Amino acid sequence: MTAYKSDVDTAAAILLTPGGLDLDALETGLDYAMGAGIDYADLYFQRTWQEGWVLEDGEVKEASYNIDGGVGVRSLAGEKTGFAYSNQITADALIDTGRTAAGIVRSGKRLPGQVVHSVSALSRYVGVDPLAGLSADEKVAMLQQADRVARAADPSISQVSASLSGTYEVVLVRASDGTLAADIRPLVRFNVSVIAVKNGRRERGSAGGGGRYSMARLRDENVAEQYAKEAVRQALVNLEAIDAPAGQMPVVLASGWPGILLHEAVGHGLEGDFNRKGSSAFAGQMGQRVAAKGVTVVDDATLADCRGSMSVDDEGTPGQYTPLIEDGILTGYMQDKLNARLMGMAPTGNARRESFAHLPMPRMTNTVMLAGQDEPSDIIKSVKRGIYAVSFGGGQVDITSGKFVFSASEAYLIEDGKVTAPVKGATLIGNGPEAMGRVSMIGHDMALDTGIGVCGKEGQGVPVGVGQPTLKLDELTVGGTQS
Amino acid sequence: MAQAFDASAQQSLLTARAEEALALAKRLGADAAEVGASVDQGLGVSVRLGEVETVELSRDQGIAVTLYVGQRKGSASSTDASSVSIQAVVEKALAIARYTGEDPASGLADPALMATELPDLKVHHPWALTTDEAIELALACEQAGRDVEGIYQSDGASLSSGEGVRVYANSHGFLGTQKGSRHSLSCMLIAQDAAGMQRDYDYTSARDPQALRDPAEVGREAATRTLRRLGAKRPPTGTFPVLFDPSLAGGLIGHLLGGLAGGALYRQASFLCDRLGTPLFPDWFSLEERPMEIGATASSPFDGEGVQTRNNRFIDQGAIASYMLSSYSARRLGMQTTGNAGGARNVRLNAPLQSRDSLLQEMGRGIWVTELMGQGVNGVTGDYSRGAAGFWVENGKVQYPVEEFTIAGNLERMFAGLVGVGDDTDTRGSVHTGSWLIDAMTVAGD
Repeated sequence: MTAYKSDVDTAAAILLTPGGLDLDALETGLDYAMGAGIDYADLYFQRTWQEGWVLEDGEVKEASYNIDGGVGVRSLAGEKTGFAYSNQITADALIDTGRTAAGIVRSGKRLPGQVVHSVSALSRYVGVDPLAGLSADEKVAMLQQADRVARAADPSISQVSASLSGTYEVVLVRASDGTLAADIRPLVRFNVSVIAVKNGRRERGSAGGGGRYSMARLRDENVAEQYAKEAVRQALVNLEAIDAPAGQMPVVLASGWPGILLHEAVGHGLEGDFNRKGSSAFAGQMGQRVAAKGVTVVDDATLADCRGSMSVDDEGTPGQYTPLIEDGILTGYMQDKLNARLMGMAPTGNARRESFAHLPMPRMTNTVMLAGQDEPSDIIKSVKRGIYAVSFGGGQVDITSGKFVFSASEAYLIEDGKVTAPVKGATLIGNGPEAMGRVSMIGHDMALDTGIGVCGKEGQGVPVGVGQPTLKLDELTVGGTQS
Repeated sequence: MAQAFDASAQQSLLTARAEEALALAKRLGADAAEVGASVDQGLGVSVRLGEVETVELSRDQGIAVTLYVGQRKGSASSTDASSVSIQAVVEKALAIARYTGEDPASGLADPALMATELPDLKVHHPWALTTDEAIELALACEQAGRDVEGIYQSDGASLSSGEGVRVYANSHGFLGTQKGSRHSLSCMLIAQDAAGMQRDYDYTSARDPQALRDPAEVGREAATRTLRRLGAKRPPTGTFPVLFDPSLAGGLIGHLLGGLAGGALYRQASFLCDRLGTPLFPDWFSLEERPMEIGATASSPFDGEGVQTRNNRFIDQGAIASYMLSSYSARRLGMQTTGNAGGARNVRLNAPLQSRDSLLQEMGRGIWVTELMGQGVNGVTGDYSRGAAGFWVENGKVQYPVEEFTIAGNLERMFAGLVGVGDDTDTRGSVHTGSWLIDAMTVAGD
């Protein structure tokens, strides 16, 4: 962990200097955004450099590079939000966007801005340019290695595609409450996807991961080989999969990525905006039991180098460890400044936005269920007939009714306490609060996912992490075809 | 619109930028190049409980360059279309092309296929709408919904209006430009009973603001859709016929097109590999695209590579009649492009239509699905398993709402089991279809 304040100078040099601005010039911009009747305004500067390399048929056939950047200006008056943005970071653009955003109200008192203070926060990752961590030749070599490993692993592998992507993101926030904060966020990911063909059947397997660090670490950890082997393993399992059962039964979720259950079943329902508006199935339940005893869920932006981590959020609030459910009792929401203020609560460092061209909202970072006491093998043994779900595709929730789904991409039958045949991917469906009440065993093997999650909300995608121990739900609906 | 947007001036500007990028690519040593550039501007307002919640002015632009050095390819893009940025983008794309592998299939589309017929398809209908007018429309929409008895909470109403210009040019000398607009109004409401809350929504969307539905009607429909969900039970587990609401039937067509897409086929990642010419649907069903339709959602005379678009028939009398190919995927498959770089445009079906009541009668006992959740569709195998909500039907009559269940099957069997198509066509998106009745799917519920 390094001291944090120097990021502001670095970010200012990258974001402001090219357009002839400096930190002092932001006061003028804020003045326009803090028009009559506005009670809070912020300026959000961002620049991203994004790179993606894709291998197919043993060759890197595609690579792309994208540069994006600009400033988003937001003016708040009570529950009202005015928003405008520009991809020019210049004095003129600040004046234009500031005036436009402040136009949300046309009368009222003009509030003075607060004295500027640099937010102090610990860095949860090293602010490197992750794209510079490897040479182009090294990037190509990593992808080719994944291809070789996957093809050598099994003769049924007919297609291999691998991708390496990275983003170098620099943000600076200046708000009327005095906030001055910056963050330099690396993000990388390596992915392998294979198609296996055998006896006329064709199945896919995929694996990947990454985090907030340099591409060099992906090479040093030899993820190309690791994910290639894992993708092949999953495809071969799926080649043998039988039809999944349909109906209600016990479900055991493996540790790690199946934590997407938490993200869908409880996470979204605990975001501040939905609770302020009363549209969440969890609204008004603070202090009440919303999950079985033993269930503790936190949103943790502070995990070192994780995909969902943030040193400061997109409003400049330091990333935090926020308990949401403690021993089954609802104890916290995830908040941004707007919703925290309107609900009389404190911001929790969960304000996130896809880019300067999007409004921030309360969003998850890394959402994790803490470890329990149970031996994972005992959890499997306790099930007479059910499903053991190891990996998932996507999920979705209706936060109002509480209904959530998530789709297994690797799952097995459990028969008489033993994991037996693999079953075809099936969607599991449940009701968030009910499902959390049916958690009956919690393993001691808490694990984080490998760094692959993207969460979508109101059309905005942000990287997130999940984690959980092996978990048993006494009853969940499994959407197979065998009724 | 609160900010002035001169589409013709933007068109000239983007054209100049695209030509500048092509000239630069050539000068710096690219053998071929293509450029896409666009600018979009919009106004979005949302209201909730009778008050303004957000007013958002958007202006997005971008330029993307793909160039070829021999058979090597490099791409780069930026949201900054200044000359300095164009230089950086072209240089970066060239740098990348030094590291990508030789690909015999890469390159621009065949010059002989470049679009020469470039009619104005009337997809640009700007709306001179002030912020205050936009707010009034959204308020009227939400209020009409909240006035319906039983609506207890609102998630708000939103209006968005936007227009833009896109340009595509390549080193064959092709240059295509198109101005377009899109306007929409939506409303989401919440109702509550002892069992908990339910929400649903409705929306209207069109290129021409004149074609939008009445705001009050959208609000009332959102209320109706929300209220009818109250008192939902879980359906029994078993095998039943399923009626897909029009917007969900459009999703099934989306899965079909995904399987016919060249990229999935040459990667062997489609459940429709090697199926050209074979039956997939009943013989009374055909499906085609009409890219040159006047004023439609996805109308365009040229595709993402400048190739002249055409009326492709994908399904003819039940059989797969055409794949959906770009020039790259076509070369990989040893075929010709179908002018589908960028996807299918204005998909229409050709089938005998019947009323929803008659479809319900035909179904007898089963489920009418009005909402699907999650991504449980495997494009490689066609296996299908998704969360759903809707209504239980007995003797052809709707009995009660159902929720928290899944429907599962395989797309191939579902398509073969298409029993009938409704006349309740949803025309809001690029795919127009009515309800679909599928003969049997596995329902997992109680």
